[in-house]
Amino acid sequence: MLLRIWAVVVKELRQLSRDRMTFGMIVMIPLVQLMLFGYAINTDARHLPAGVVNLSDSAYAPRIVAAMQASQVVDFKFNYASLKEAEAAITKGEVKSVLYLPPDLAERLVRHPSASGGQYLAQPVGQWLVDGSDTVVAATIKTLRQMPLYDVMDLPPIDTVPSFEVVQYFNPEQRSVVNIVPGLLGVILTMTMVMFTSAAIVREREQGNMEFLITTPVRPMELMVGKIMPYVLVGLIQVTIVLGAGHVLFDVPFRGGIDSMALASLLFICASLTLGLVISTIAKTQLQSMQLTIFILLPSILLSGFMFPYEAMPMAAQWIAEALPATHFMRMSRAIVLRDAEVMDLSLDALWLLGFTAIGLLVASLRFSKRLD
Amino acid sequence: MSADLAIETHGMSREFSGVTAVDQVDLAITTGSIYGFLGPNGCGKSTSIRMLTGLLTPSAGEIKVLGENLFGAEERIRRRIGYMTQKFSLYDNLSVLENLEFVARIYGLKRSERRSRLAELLSLYELAGREKQLAGSMSGGQKQRLALAAATLHRPELLFLDEPTSAVDPENRREFWERLFDLCDQGTTILVSTHYMDEAERCHGLAILERGIKRADGSPQQLMDAMNAQVIEVAGEDLRSLKQALVKLPEVLSAAQIGSRLRVLVDRKIADPKRWLTPQVAQRSLISVPPSLEDVFVTCTGGDRHVA
Repeated sequence: MLLRIWAVVVKELRQLSRDRMTFGMIVMIPLVQLMLFGYAINTDARHLPAGVVNLSDSAYAPRIVAAMQASQVVDFKFNYASLKEAEAAITKGEVKSVLYLPPDLAERLVRHPSASGGQYLAQPVGQWLVDGSDTVVAATIKTLRQMPLYDVMDLPPIDTVPSFEVVQYFNPEQRSVVNIVPGLLGVILTMTMVMFTSAAIVREREQGNMEFLITTPVRPMELMVGKIMPYVLVGLIQVTIVLGAGHVLFDVPFRGGIDSMALASLLFICASLTLGLVISTIAKTQLQSMQLTIFILLPSILLSGFMFPYEAMPMAAQWIAEALPATHFMRMSRAIVLRDAEVMDLSLDALWLLGFTAIGLLVASLRFSKRLD
Repeated sequence: MSADLAIETHGMSREFSGVTAVDQVDLAITTGSIYGFLGPNGCGKSTSIRMLTGLLTPSAGEIKVLGENLFGAEERIRRRIGYMTQKFSLYDNLSVLENLEFVARIYGLKRSERRSRLAELLSLYELAGREKQLAGSMSGGQKQRLALAAATLHRPELLFLDEPTSAVDPENRREFWERLFDLCDQGTTILVSTHYMDEAERCHGLAILERGIKRADGSPQQLMDAMNAQVIEVAGEDLRSLKQALVKLPEVLSAAQIGSRLRVLVDRKIADPKRWLTPQVAQRSLISVPPSLEDVFVTCTGGDRHVA
């Protein structure tokens, strides 16, 4: 039995080494994706293009604009004469937001609590018009709502004590890339691992190797195990590339133990590979297997917690997410890499991946019949 | 159940969504013989072989292979049979040696055993010196020898060959058959499918298949002796129009031009076919010749009147 598994492993490794394209993809996919997402994905919006409609002649108006500009959240690029023009500019997409300063700006400033100490019925001094279709942009502009004005008016600062202090663990500078890289690991592994094995059985069938193979004594389980073993190694190489390059290029810390990370990766790699194998026993052609891979890949990116927090999703979506190996790995890899957790702290996710692998192997073996009918 | 039968079937049938590919085929193939399936494409040769190797489940009928009921014992029987598929089914992107090593490991050959067996096969099938060549870059004849080496690596008692020579030139075909007789000499039973008459003639036993039905079964000589027609060759002018006239006669089973002669199959009921035919062919000369396997094939399949 071991000899037959070994036979399949050696065969797969030799075929893999002949396939330059696949060989190149093993290294290039993680590197390129890491660069792309590492630089591109950023949830802290900065330098949003903005415009101003200034209807007041107050001397404070330019100072308010300068203070906003200094916050780096917005970049004032245009002046508009009227609200109508400003709205048209937002519709066109010229700017994401417009600061409206009304004609009675000076009076409003005087009555504002930061100047008057709260003895008048307060009104906001101005208005932000925002393209709210993108929630990230809208949320960012909202942070300007409470911008203090004492600086602008040369008044002494008022000491306001926040109701709560927030201490940010693990990522004090709030850099998105720190959270992205360990998550990206899950996405890249899902993509490559499922893709490599989803074609494994179909390819043999399409190229006519299967008819010979099934008249030999090789058992379905031996064939399945032999087919995924070489790719376990490939997966571990990719983990090393992503985490290594993430550390060097993006200064992502690696706080957890290498052993915990290796174990978590191993579990996820095996789960993804068996998922690919199951696809391979369902698909009739290599094209179908590719389509099914994408069908798995998209929810793995969007529902696994890689892009959006798992907790924010509705219950039904969370159930779907729970079914995907990527969700469990995303949790584990972030916990280990960023929070120095141990696999033992994450035993539920680990057990789930283990169970998924076992059931997947069983299903693939049962679905793989050594018959042609 | 006779012990010296390698394959025995009763009423073996297979349907594919309502279409009967193999219909009630009875076979009794003697151990140690070379047995042929002769028939045109789509006559059920491959389907029969796939049922006998356990790849397809028969819709009806019983199959005994190497003395065991095939159903339920496929895995045990698979270790004792070899199968060379119609299409090359080894790996194009593996070398000759790597392909054979893979098969040897699958059959559980240990290292030393493997090395000696592979060396033996490489020299036997004239692949020595090509160990490192990728299978995909080899010629049809070389691929075929490699496939035969892989199919016989575990010394099967029973070897199935599905149209083994379809991608090979005539000279390689001769050589290939020499190898089959060598294997047969060592006690291997061989079942080979073909649509070449000259190959069929080399078999010890033969089944002629047409549209899934077994039309005849026996040794080539038996089949020729039992043929229900006599063969007369007509030489002379204007054979095309003579042929048109002759095939209209109910006693003429077939008339086919071969070079400058017309080969006429006359029903066996006619006592003296030469004399019977003389008035039909005007001044042309007649000669009575022994039947060939092709004549048997034509009379069995009844494909004469609309084909030839």
